[in-house]
Amino acid sequence: MTSTAAVLAQQGDLLVKPEVEWVAITPLLVLVGGSLLLLTLSALTTRRPRRGTYALFTVLTCAGAIIASVALWDRVQDPARGEFTALVGALTIDGFTVFFSVLIALSIALAALVADDYLRREDLEGPELYALMLLSGAGGIVMAMANDLIVVFLGLEILSIALYVMAGMHLRRVESQESAIKYFVLGAFSSAFLLYGIALVYGATGSTNLSEIAAFLSQNVLESEGLLLAGFALLLVGLGFKVAAVPFHVWTPDVYQGAPSPVTAFMASASKAAAFAALLRVFFSAFSNHASDWRPIIWVLAVLTMVVGAVLAVVQRDVKRMLAYSSINHAGFSLVAVHANTERGVAGALFYLLAYAFMVLGSFAVVTLVGRRGDAAHDVDDYRGLARERPVLALAFTVFLLSQAGVPLTAGFFAKFYVIGAAAEAESYALAVIAMVTAVISAFLYLRIIVTMYFAGDEAEGDAATGRHRVAIPFGAGVSLAAAVAFTLLIGILPGLVADFARDAVPVLLSAAP
Amino acid sequence: MDVDATWYLVLSALLFTIGGAGVLVRRNPLVMFMCVELMLNAVNISFVTFARMLNDTGGQVVVFFVLVVAAAEVVVGLGIIVAILRRQPGADADDISLLRG
Repeated sequence: MTSTAAVLAQQGDLLVKPEVEWVAITPLLVLVGGSLLLLTLSALTTRRPRRGTYALFTVLTCAGAIIASVALWDRVQDPARGEFTALVGALTIDGFTVFFSVLIALSIALAALVADDYLRREDLEGPELYALMLLSGAGGIVMAMANDLIVVFLGLEILSIALYVMAGMHLRRVESQESAIKYFVLGAFSSAFLLYGIALVYGATGSTNLSEIAAFLSQNVLESEGLLLAGFALLLVGLGFKVAAVPFHVWTPDVYQGAPSPVTAFMASASKAAAFAALLRVFFSAFSNHASDWRPIIWVLAVLTMVVGAVLAVVQRDVKRMLAYSSINHAGFSLVAVHANTERGVAGALFYLLAYAFMVLGSFAVVTLVGRRGDAAHDVDDYRGLARERPVLALAFTVFLLSQAGVPLTAGFFAKFYVIGAAAEAESYALAVIAMVTAVISAFLYLRIIVTMYFAGDEAEGDAATGRHRVAIPFGAGVSLAAAVAFTLLIGILPGLVADFARDAVPVLLSAAP
Repeated sequence: MDVDATWYLVLSALLFTIGGAGVLVRRNPLVMFMCVELMLNAVNISFVTFARMLNDTGGQVVVFFVLVVAAAEVVVGLGIIVAILRRQPGADADDISLLRG
């Protein structure tokens, strides 16, 4: 008896139990817990809940995650305590983590409000979409807090696997399923590249931990850099796919067009932001002393992404497809900020991602409503006369489109301003000029939609002639739209609020745990 | 017989390439999916080889994570493929092309 206890005690010494700082991962736990609770409760209750219950639950969960993030923000910004690594160095908890937790939780909340009425309209009501959205968001937060390449991979897969299902959520639209399979095959293909990149970096440096990789690279000069550089390239392919950088963007228009519109809103805001978070974590903080190797690649990616996104957006007829190409163009702008490889550049990228998240959520909320039952009315012609029919909706869409175009007094202006400022500071003038030219090209596209809403459509081809129903604005989507408009205009007038937040959220690389 | 560890890396790279080429060339969604799995497992060989070369267990642990992720991917992937094939029996990648432009 005593001998067994002694053996057990000895084994206890041998087995190093990881220390889990539960406080550090509260935003993550709230989202995952909320999702599981939602699934369990909805499976146990036999009666159909009151309308909007699932969406309300999702919004409350997100509010909980934001409150937990704010508590964490106070801790990491306190000079006495500061940033720290959790779970044996696998996660970094810093301002960057908190910033993306808040961004992703807000995106889920707004997308869930839009989804509420959408699901009822399309006869798809159920808790699944909300649960998947919460889980997917949790994966995005894991990507933002990762301090280990394998954690980046796991976060990416949690984010993506839930998104594959969400893209195919609309059971009666063949386009939705087509977008799911395209996203799935190409997504799995690209994550294999990411994983191979991780393997090569591991082979070259002997660790997958970002702190240890950075320490290794700063202390050693590699005899042959081939393995490491191939690893960088493959990592960029994997992450470039997720942020929809050209030439890895081919999935974006098809998936954005085919997926249910609220899911597209979530994809364009949260999923893109999470991918940029991982990109910044890996390249800006861990591989910064090899910046001369990866910056030229980012330069090429940024130019291609901005130009192709802007030019192809202009020739589209389907509004969802247009917004998909325009989201590629916006990804290019964020890449310009990544290319600067300075703190100011990263702060600019964070500002851009937060501002863009609201603009694009609002835009796709409008698209969801105008899509009407069946989620099919997405041609530019379907927006004819919207201003006469629904002046408020048209005005909201105008605000989002002008903000995406970068018109002053909107959030988009300062987003572009900070990014181009960072590029100029980093002396990449050519990149700054190309960025401004593509902004002008894509402005044409946004103005085209605005003109269609306000000036096209004579009295003769009014509602009576086409036999359409007037676009309905349900409560949930209305709240979501109002929040997005308010934020876009508020940040356009007082950019300091978010700029300070973004500046304090630049990622730090903590030294490897002993 | 002792085999130089580099050959395992070459094998891994070859399998990865075969898988990658398979995704691009084959049209059957199930086969494309199997090719992706081949790519993931090719990477596993790399991880194990590097772990052995570096004398570090980290790389071997990674393989378990990758296996779990691949299993989760199979569940979702097969679900999506079944949903598509139910609607269009015998569909291949060329039939699934409503979205374009």
